Amino acid sequence: MTFEFLEQAKSGDRRSLARTLSCLENGLVKIEEVLDVIGLVPHAANDDWQTLAITGAPGVGKSCLLDGLLRSWAEKGLRVAVLAVDPSSPRTGGALLGDRVRMTVVDDRELNELIYLRSVATRKASGSVPVIVEDMTKVLLALGWQRVVIETVGAGQSEVRCAALADRIVVVEGPARGDGIQAEKAGLLELADAVLVNKSDLPGAELHADEIRESFELGAGNSPPVLLTSAIHGNGITEAAEMLLTLSSSGRSIRARWRERLLAYHERKILESPQLEELLEKLAKGSILLDEALQIIGGEHNE
Amino acid sequence: MPPTTMSEPWRIVVAKPGLDGHDRGAKVVARALRDAGNEVIYTGLRRSAQQIVDTVRDEDARFLGLSSLSGAHEHLFPKVCELLKQQGLNDVIVFGGGIIPLGDREPLYACGIRAIFGPGTPTSEILEFIEQATQLENTGVGQDSDWYWTSSA
Repeated sequence: MTFEFLEQAKSGDRRSLARTLSCLENGLVKIEEVLDVIGLVPHAANDDWQTLAITGAPGVGKSCLLDGLLRSWAEKGLRVAVLAVDPSSPRTGGALLGDRVRMTVVDDRELNELIYLRSVATRKASGSVPVIVEDMTKVLLALGWQRVVIETVGAGQSEVRCAALADRIVVVEGPARGDGIQAEKAGLLELADAVLVNKSDLPGAELHADEIRESFELGAGNSPPVLLTSAIHGNGITEAAEMLLTLSSSGRSIRARWRERLLAYHERKILESPQLEELLEKLAKGSILLDEALQIIGGEHNE
Repeated sequence: MPPTTMSEPWRIVVAKPGLDGHDRGAKVVARALRDAGNEVIYTGLRRSAQQIVDTVRDEDARFLGLSSLSGAHEHLFPKVCELLKQQGLNDVIVFGGGIIPLGDREPLYACGIRAIFGPGTPTSEILEFIEQATQLENTGVGQDSDWYWTSSA
C-alpha cells in the first residue's frame, strides 16, 4: 500500500490530512510510518503547551466556550486543531458526533483556514479517550498546527486519564452544580491547570468560582487560575483565551498525572494487542487466568 | 460483538443545507445510522453548501446525507454536489431526503445523488442503500455511474 496522501497532507491538503487521521484510527498505518513521511513532531517553543485538554461535565458549555476561544486564537493568526471526542455506543459501536453543531467558528470563511476540527469517536476504548488521540495529535503538530485542543466529556475517571495525555488540562465548570457534585468532581479539579466557570450570566457562578479558589488555596503549591466566562454573551472569553495561551503547568499534580498517563499507556497496550480477542475468548471459557492474560500481553511487547 | 470488530465504521455527515429549521427527519436518520454502528457527524441547522463540503472534507466522511424540507432542494443539492466535485471529493456517496417531489428527483440523480428518500421511508431501507452503495463501484458523487437507489417513498 502506498501512502500518496501522506505527501499531500504534508503539502497542506486538508482532505489528505483527514484521511491520514482516519488511517491511523483504523490501524491501516502506524504513527512511525506517518512521521517518516511528514517529518518530526516539533518541540514547543519556550515552555508553551502544544496540547490542551478541555474537559468538564456534560452541559457545562465546553463546545460553546471552545468556539469562542478558537475565534480569539484564530484572530491572532494562530493555527489550532481540535479533536472533539464523543463516546461510541458499547453495544453497536456507532456514535453521534455533534460538536460541530456548536462550533460555528469553523464555518467562518475568514478564519477557517486556521482551524481544523475533527470529531473522534471513542470506538474500542469505550467510555475512555481513544488512545489514538495521542497519535493524531502528533500528526497535527508535525503538519504545522501550532496547538492541538482535545475536547472530551469529563464524566468520570477514564476521561481524566485522557486529559492527562495533554500538556495542560482546563476544567470547565458551571454554576449551581451542587455540593454533592463538587465532591465527585474532586478527581478532575485536582489535575486542573486552570478552571473556567462558564455561564457566568447565571446566578451562583461567582459563588462557585470562589468555592473553587478556596479549595485550591487549601492545597499545596500555586493555585491554578479560576476565570468566569459566559460563552453565550462572550463575556470573559478574550481574557480566558489570552490567559490560556501562556498557561503554565500548575505543578500540583505531576505524580498524579504520570499515574494517569501510565494507566492510559497500559490500557493502550492491552487494547492494541493482536492477541486480545483470543485472550478474551480464553478468559470467557475459563482456560486462563487474568494474571496469565496480562503476562501474555506484556510478554509480546518485550520480544 | 459490535460491528466495529468486523470493519471500521463508516463516517457519515448528516447535513441541513439552507434556511430550513425542520430537523426531526435528519435526527431520525442520524439515529438509525448510529444504531447501525456508523459514526454520524451532524452539522446542525442552516448550513451553506460550502460549509457542508468543508465538513465532509475535514471529517473524511464516506457518505453525505442532505435533508431539505423547504423546497430549495433544486438549488441546494446540486450546489453541494458541484462543490464536492470541485474539491476533488468525487468518491463521497451522497443521498438526500425530505420533501422532494417525485418529479424533482431525476435532475438530482443526474448530479450524482444516489438516493432520495421521502417521508415514510423505513430507516432499514436507508441502511440497505448504504450497504449496497459501498458494494457497488463508482457510486461516488463525481464518479461515472448511472446507478441510483429506487426508493419506496
